[in-house]
Amino acid sequence: IPMAKNCHNDYKMKFSLDEEFPDLSLHNNHMAKVLTKEIYGKLRAKSTPSGFTVDDVIQTGVDNPGHPFIMTVGCVAGDEESYEAFKDLLDPIISDRHGGYKPTDKHKTDLNFENLKGGDDLDPNYVLSSRVRTGRSIKGFTLPPHNSRGERRAIQDLSIEALASLDGEFKGKYYPLDGMTDAEQEQLIADHFLFDKPVSPLLTCAGMARDWPDARGIWHNENKTFLVWVNEEDHLRVISMQKGGNMKEVFRRFCVGLQKIEEIFKKHNHGFMWNEHLGYILTCPSNLGTGLRGGVHVKLPKLSTHAKFEEILTRLRLQKRGTGGVDTASVGGVFDISNADRLGSSEVDQVQLVVDGVKLMVEMEKKLEKGESIDGMIPAQK
Amino acid sequence: MASSFSRVLSSKRNLGILSVVGGSVTAGFLLHREHLSAGPSVRRLYPASAEYPDLRKHNNCMASNLTPTIYSKLCAKVTPNGYTLDMAIQTGVDNPGHPFIKTVGMVAGDEESYEVFADLLDPIIKERHNGYDPTTMKHPTDLDASKIHSGQFDAKYVLSSRVRTGRSIRGLSLPPACTRAERREVERVVVDALAGLKDDLNGKYYSLTQMTDEEQQQLIDDHFLFDKPVSPLLTCAGMARDWPDARGIWHNNEKTFLIWINEEDHTRVISMEKGGNMKRVFERFCKGLKEVERLIQEKGWEFMWNERLGYILTCPSNLGTGLRAGVHVKLPRLSKDPRFNKILDNLRLQKRGTGGVDTAAVGGTFDISNLDRLGQSEVQLVQTVVDGVNYLIECEKKLEKGQDIKVPPPLKQFNKQ
Repeated sequence: IPMAKNCHNDYKMKFSLDEEFPDLSLHNNHMAKVLTKEIYGKLRAKSTPSGFTVDDVIQTGVDNPGHPFIMTVGCVAGDEESYEAFKDLLDPIISDRHGGYKPTDKHKTDLNFENLKGGDDLDPNYVLSSRVRTGRSIKGFTLPPHNSRGERRAIQDLSIEALASLDGEFKGKYYPLDGMTDAEQEQLIADHFLFDKPVSPLLTCAGMARDWPDARGIWHNENKTFLVWVNEEDHLRVISMQKGGNMKEVFRRFCVGLQKIEEIFKKHNHGFMWNEHLGYILTCPSNLGTGLRGGVHVKLPKLSTHAKFEEILTRLRLQKRGTGGVDTASVGGVFDISNADRLGSSEVDQVQLVVDGVKLMVEMEKKLEKGESIDGMIPAQK
Repeated sequence: MASSFSRVLSSKRNLGILSVVGGSVTAGFLLHREHLSAGPSVRRLYPASAEYPDLRKHNNCMASNLTPTIYSKLCAKVTPNGYTLDMAIQTGVDNPGHPFIKTVGMVAGDEESYEVFADLLDPIIKERHNGYDPTTMKHPTDLDASKIHSGQFDAKYVLSSRVRTGRSIRGLSLPPACTRAERREVERVVVDALAGLKDDLNGKYYSLTQMTDEEQQQLIDDHFLFDKPVSPLLTCAGMARDWPDARGIWHNNEKTFLIWINEEDHTRVISMEKGGNMKRVFERFCKGLKEVERLIQEKGWEFMWNERLGYILTCPSNLGTGLRAGVHVKLPRLSKDPRFNKILDNLRLQKRGTGGVDTAAVGGTFDISNLDRLGQSEVQLVQTVVDGVNYLIECEKKLEKGQDIKVPPPLKQFNKQ
């Protein structure tokens, strides 16, 4: 593909490196920790074939200095090629974010749900709901920070076509954000399915909310157990979920549904972006690999106040969130517990960690209810 | 004023940045508008029809004027700095507007935007500026404050007087498009010039990245400090990028002359005082502006200006004079009169709450200022405010005495040539 003429970047090259280098002195994010003048100098003249530049990659991190306690990524990809063109910046960020993952490492993909052991017997008195989500990018299109209205609409058209051909447990309907009726909107809100225009500056500064709500929409199956978001932070976000603790079933449906969708896109010569080093390619480097977050809403009022709770989570390679999702607090001792890893282990590996880890934590909770100690149950680092 | 294009060639330049850029930019300037070389076309994967925005629910000037034909004609063009139509209209696409308030919905990324995208900007300018036709008319500039008469208001009614405008530094891209280097250069050029101001204009610069906590508190108490824009009208246009890098506030020691650097425009210039001496406020305004202009010219810089559009600013609504002259005035009786809005309309004035645009009035005190920006000079607009506010005060006094008031005949807007 011939290089797009990036007139704006050519113009910018007339200014010196020092003059253009961002002031990151007050910043705390992965990009700010990694970006040196040397790296910036090496990358600033580059442009991917679609015209994405290093300044485009880092804008969100420059505009959002971060938080002393929470380390955000601070950069995004604008297309598949970004991960290659800006390796000098993105590889160290990926390493920092994904536990030392090296540029030479290979990522394993395993969407064979039969490889998951157990997961169908999490106690529903504690595990209120189970959910697995991931993202997928459609090859041949640029990503949400960069895509034009034409591209975004083409992505929507392809997605609608692919999803419309699903049947059986996957038979469903697409609701475009700018075309749904008030009644449909009410229902989607009541089901907690509706996504809103992003307000987080992490996303808006990266350009992902442009032209909202053009070509954005939600698809879900009739059973409301399989849901796809189109053109939010990624081309597709795919979610499988249900009440209760049968993570095995949730994961089965997740894998089967994903594979059916992927076949259809492949037929149109627009398979998913994937490579053997980074796995599935998504907008945010934090979602590379599996892009998978498998989790449960689980009642752990006693365990969550135990002195070793954080350590247990770390050893189990799990993270906690409030029940409103990322950056929310827990309510009534109910936590969202999910896998912490994305890259370097497979989908089956990550969901297995959730299944095994949550099972153990529920047993610990029961022990604490009886007034017994859990010291003997503290796991080794996984 | 000499033709803006020949001035670019004749003035001495700080050659650091512009020696390399100058070639293509000045060549572009020399050509007539129709033949303007807009730079190489941008690569587009999809035809214009697939990229044309969905504006069916939109109510802003861009949406009213952007036809598929115009979009198709302009979508592949790019200014010499690399600014495109899609970038210019993004704010209007992202902000559909309000049924009652019609926003502009488009910005300029650089001076050349007004030429390269003229097919869209000219009709928007005409709509926004009450029929001013940039293809045939000339805008008058007049900063001779001595021409103002009756410019001192009754202080029983007028609490404060203020005049503001903006200025852009020619040769550097505007806030929606500027790079970090350009923004820092704007800061350097302006701060350098302001350091040369003397006597009642002598003052100090406070960089947003470096001010102390005490300085920040003082600026807040003085109501001088500006914040990172939160309005999506501005953020969707890219004006908040890299905040707070190269942003700052300068004011004179007397706190009557204030300059914002790199907010919505390269500079916003404000002259103000408590009380009703609008003439003195405007005198200081003109003096300060002319001094700053002289100081930047010494270093080879100049303001963006041409005779079609006057002073070039980021938002098309601020072209011409970019001037808003206003007062905070107590009109408790008049504001309750059903004829109030009509009186304001005919006097070519607008009302705002005392918090500025999009705020409500408090206790019958209003911010009253000129409606127009383009097609009349600074002197004409300030005189309009002076005459208008004097009339409003007369009405208020009449109502106090139980007398009736008259709606004045509508003012002529500008001389259509």
